[in-house]
Amino acid sequence: MSRGTVIDLCYLVAAVSFILALKGLSSPKRARAGNLLAAAGMALAIGVTFAQPHLDHVGLIVIAMVIGTAVGVPAARLVKMTAIPQMVAAFNGVGGGAAAVVSITEFIGSDPKQVATYKVLEVVFGVLVGALSFAGSALAFVKLQELITTRPIVYPAQQMINATVGVASLGIVLAILVTSSTALIWVLLALALTLGVIFVLPIGGADVPVLISLLNSFTGLAVAASGFTLNSNLLVVAGTLVGASGMLLTRMMSTAMGRSLPNILFSAFGSVVTASGATESADGRSVRAGTPEDVGTLLAYSRKVVIIPGYGLAVAQAQHSAKELADTLMARGVDVFYAIHPVAGRMPGHMNVLLAEANVPYEELKEMDEANPELATADVALVVGANDTVNPSARNTPGSPIYGMPIINADSAENIVFLKRSMRPGFAGIDNELLYDPKTTMLFGDAKDTLQKLVAAVNKA
Amino acid sequence: MTNGLLELFTIFVLAGFVGIEVISKVPSILHTPLMSGSNAIHGVILVGSMIVLGSAHTGAEEVLGFIAVILATLNVVGGFVVTDRMLHMFKPRQAPPSAPAAPEAPEKPADGSAA
Repeated sequence: MSRGTVIDLCYLVAAVSFILALKGLSSPKRARAGNLLAAAGMALAIGVTFAQPHLDHVGLIVIAMVIGTAVGVPAARLVKMTAIPQMVAAFNGVGGGAAAVVSITEFIGSDPKQVATYKVLEVVFGVLVGALSFAGSALAFVKLQELITTRPIVYPAQQMINATVGVASLGIVLAILVTSSTALIWVLLALALTLGVIFVLPIGGADVPVLISLLNSFTGLAVAASGFTLNSNLLVVAGTLVGASGMLLTRMMSTAMGRSLPNILFSAFGSVVTASGATESADGRSVRAGTPEDVGTLLAYSRKVVIIPGYGLAVAQAQHSAKELADTLMARGVDVFYAIHPVAGRMPGHMNVLLAEANVPYEELKEMDEANPELATADVALVVGANDTVNPSARNTPGSPIYGMPIINADSAENIVFLKRSMRPGFAGIDNELLYDPKTTMLFGDAKDTLQKLVAAVNKA
Repeated sequence: MTNGLLELFTIFVLAGFVGIEVISKVPSILHTPLMSGSNAIHGVILVGSMIVLGSAHTGAEEVLGFIAVILATLNVVGGFVVTDRMLHMFKPRQAPPSAPAAPEAPEKPADGSAA
């Protein structure tokens, strides 16, 4: 066998390891092994690439890889689990950027006169999608890191301007296909970067994770396009796997929110903040604020308590305190479990990750469909930093922006306790009538602080 | 359409179906690790970046290839490390340290174990 054949066979092994890795992710038990398998496949693919014939600049390659590792590993090691969504956005963005740069470099390195039109098409697709993913992910990172507002950013004639830039990009694509001009490819790069930014600007709040999933899928497609350009089966397989699975995941995420993907991408959802920071809403309804002592006693003598965590729990770093409260209650014989909404936190499954970090066994986490029937027999629904995911107007108010989104039926429990910092609305920017329910007790303050007071109160009860 | 292109296109279409088929069985509890894991997998663009830098002829190609390798390396190492950190935390219930009553409904097995 020639050296080239051996290398290609190793690439095939790597491609299979990626498929098996994605399959491993279907079970919490095998997921970690799956990820390590993909990493091993990746190491193999990178290793044999060094054995490629005619590979120059090996020193430069190694230096660049050392730089990337020196920055990437500490960043990934040190990031807090609450910041995972923006880290995924960042790592996705650099991948898209790399794909765009690979396509451009391959194009300017070849003689434009001798390049077939379909080759040019592969390049412009890689540049367009890769650069869009890069710029979009960068802006999503900035938004999730709260360096700028997390709410949608809108301005007059926005759709018009976006459409114009989109059409201009397509025009440049056609011009490049006809002329094979290398100068125009830089114009396309600039337009694609602009497109990425203006595409993401009007998307905010809870919709950003859906966007990251979509951009993740885009990066996969850009990588596949680079694979076509470089004639690499491995890049085509891996890029397409990610592109296809990312599209599916994006759809699952928008379904979980009860909305269509175009609605998420183009409606600037939640840009209007309807409620202010007052403790009374405009129509004069008032809420009932309780003390940790009262609620602690209530919890201690309950039979079944359902904890409904939301992003507020993550922000307050309260996952450990929540587990402490749950353990304290369980030690008294109270039936406790966590009801997890599919989009609790900022990504699907994000809340599971945060609670797992606090060593909550995943058997105690129940998904929405499983939790809802149980809530009807629960004594207390303890809502910790969640809001939109328990808002009954998703069921009852056809005009509401979140109407149709599946929710956790906290309102069917006998008592509802809200741990909240203030009366401010959630990501969707809409009022929650559950806060004014006579069954509801509010505990204002930092979630972690309040949970610790509750543990003390339960121990005294 | 050349034979080489047709071959790649065939692989592309089949890989698309495999991607959908494999993913449709992932429970929502693992959606975030899945997104992060697939994010690491598209870091395979590092292989393409290495080839591009390794076959650079001009200074401009070298600079671009160098940038591509750095970006792609970030994608690969960051993606795998973050995913591993996330998955590291998914553990089944350990032997209870202080023997809590654990009155948990046992009728449902762990999520996804049926897949």
